[in-house]
Amino acid sequence: MSIAKLTASSLAIAAVTASAAVAQSRDNVQIAGSSTVLPYASIVAEVFGENTDFPTPVVESGGSSAGLARFCEGVGENTIDIANASRAIREGELEECAANGVTDIIEVRIGYDGIVFASRIDGPDFTAFEASDWFTALAAELPVDGEIVENPHTTWNEVDADLPDAEILAFIPGTKHGTREVFEEKVLLQGCEDTGALQAFLDSGMDEDAAESACMAVRTDGASVDIDGDYTETLARLDSNPQGVGVFGLSFYENNTDKLKVATMGGVEPTTETIAAGDYPVSRPLYFYIKAAHLGVIPGLKEFAQFFVADELAGPDGPLAAYGLVSDPELAATQAKVANEETM
Amino acid sequence: MSDAIAPTPPARAVSLHATDARTRRRNAAEKRFKAYGLTAIGIGLAFLAALLFAIVSNGSAAFTQTFVEVPITLDAEEIAAAESSIVKTSKYREIIHGALLEQLADAGIETDMDAAELGKILSSSEAAEMRDFALANPERMGETVRFDFLASSRVDGYLKGRVTRDALARDQNLDAAHLDLVDRLAEQGIVVKRFNWDFILGADASDQRPEQAGIGVAMLGSFFMMLVVLALALPIGVAASIYLEEFAPKNRITDFIEVNISNLAAVPSIVFGILGLAVFIQFAGLPQSAPLVGGLVLTLMTLPTIIISTRAALAAVPPSIRAAALGVGASKMQSVFHHVLPLAMPGILTGTIIGLAQALGETAPLLLIGMVGFIASNYPDGVVSGFTDPNSAMPAQIYEWAKRADPAFYERAWGGIIILLLFLMTMNFIAILLRRRFERRW
Repeated sequence: MSIAKLTASSLAIAAVTASAAVAQSRDNVQIAGSSTVLPYASIVAEVFGENTDFPTPVVESGGSSAGLARFCEGVGENTIDIANASRAIREGELEECAANGVTDIIEVRIGYDGIVFASRIDGPDFTAFEASDWFTALAAELPVDGEIVENPHTTWNEVDADLPDAEILAFIPGTKHGTREVFEEKVLLQGCEDTGALQAFLDSGMDEDAAESACMAVRTDGASVDIDGDYTETLARLDSNPQGVGVFGLSFYENNTDKLKVATMGGVEPTTETIAAGDYPVSRPLYFYIKAAHLGVIPGLKEFAQFFVADELAGPDGPLAAYGLVSDPELAATQAKVANEETM
Repeated sequence: MSDAIAPTPPARAVSLHATDARTRRRNAAEKRFKAYGLTAIGIGLAFLAALLFAIVSNGSAAFTQTFVEVPITLDAEEIAAAESSIVKTSKYREIIHGALLEQLADAGIETDMDAAELGKILSSSEAAEMRDFALANPERMGETVRFDFLASSRVDGYLKGRVTRDALARDQNLDAAHLDLVDRLAEQGIVVKRFNWDFILGADASDQRPEQAGIGVAMLGSFFMMLVVLALALPIGVAASIYLEEFAPKNRITDFIEVNISNLAAVPSIVFGILGLAVFIQFAGLPQSAPLVGGLVLTLMTLPTIIISTRAALAAVPPSIRAAALGVGASKMQSVFHHVLPLAMPGILTGTIIGLAQALGETAPLLLIGMVGFIASNYPDGVVSGFTDPNSAMPAQIYEWAKRADPAFYERAWGGIIILLLFLMTMNFIAILLRRRFERRW
């Protein structure tokens, strides 16, 4: 081990004649995590760099789980200061953090993100979805006439007569995305309950956990495609499959209204207003987590966090809302929380 | 051979001038093969042409940008008030939008839009530009300064033909009414499109302002990484090859090392990335996202290429040169360094440049050491911070742009590819030049 370390560091020293530079303290805030939060974080980082004497923070993407994993690696200049997440931190991650000495964590909710169901603007006429449509179209198995069978549906109008006669082809977020979790809980599980399939699963002798996972199991015969990349990839898939329907974030849709048309969910059109009011059913909170041990060590960290939740940025008239973030009605409480450094 | 005892075939009573069936078949086969070859080359060329056409047609638009000229009277009080708020730029923005409205009135263009709505035709970078100017030039307070602000990406897209009026119908950022104004302003020369140096020299910008994004900082990141690769891979690679080729005994251990070097050259680059993450960042504690670490990782990736090409260059030097040197009393080391190495130098340099070009275009290992994201936003302060401050690299920046939601970033991704390709072509051209000029044949 020590030989490896020696080799590595001697390589480093060879590269930089001023070897002290490596040990020099970090003066910029480092952030990593959810690709959904990335645009917001980078907008704030940019404005922060313009408005203060601190350097522009560095924002990396990689996904909520990857970001939180790096966040929990430990305390020190070689670890990130803030993890962005499109879901709340999990119990297991908190334990992992605690095991590595990351005990004081400040949870900051920046607002909400809507998940929208959109298709090509010149594609079939998808205008209104219900959660039950999605469950019936995408479930791996579902009860038909009292028997649990493999999903027999091939076109949307078999699922719901109001939907167009188009082949079922859905592009949904892959399992590494935080969006997938919201999709499963708020759409598939909800649809499963609405259609009575959950009850049917329970009646067939499954326990509650098994029934819920049966609800969230997605068919694997090609009608549903997991997208592990970004929404850009989903958009590209729709380009080559005019019949398809994709799952997007509200902000992505709003930036691509020339190519996409959105469908209502449960009769509600996704807009920042309907999401803020809680009418639109498929939305989720966005968070970032601050390592409290780095406050006062990394210059600009607290200022950046305060800047992020300031009314001018995260408020309803700020640039984040303009980009597609649904601002949090309880922003004032969040601002106080950051100002007082309240840990979890 | 048993030709001697084989029975002589009976003489054929055919003319040599007339082609027989077998000859025709053979000739036909040859023609077919030529046709296959030509088709293959044709397909290859067609792909190349399609690729270049796609790159140039998609990317050339990134090199021009739309600007809006706005005269603003710097008012010391207004600026002091703006400086005392939390988000100072939003106050500057109000000043600018007011000035734009006045500019419209002066130009005789009527509009019923309010200042904030009208301001949507400007990039949100305008406020920082004005603030920087106001802070840097306190002596010009009270004067009217003509600012050239970037237009928003949608206005820019409209003038480049990317955004149409139909597309704007459902866009919340801009209306067709804005475009009517833009048309009028363009007629008056207030809105102009011109070459955009900031795309080549500038820093990355956040998702809300693609019009401001540039590849310059990422270019510096690539430059510092290439310095690290050159400083490490060339000496290590050449030393290793000279030893292996000229001094090492031929035994199982050296055979084993040789096989492994060849295998290393075929290892997918992402493997080097994860190795770099584990060894350089997590174990040795080097900073995240630093070109230094990127350079170290790319050094590992480039070493096999350099070693293999250097050994080939050394092996191509005829043994008579070595024998002659040793014959007049030179030591083994003198024969290598005075005679063999200079002759092998063009080959070594070519290999090194090709290796560097490969490393310059590499993205995969950089994903793992945190060089993708909103990173290339600050110019490094100096040479040392150029190595250690977080930065991106050209291919990583292109990948990042291609991922972003706003279609204007897509155009910039193609533009970035043009710049990257120019670098790669220059490097390959230098390699060819070196080979042509200095190569000796025996």
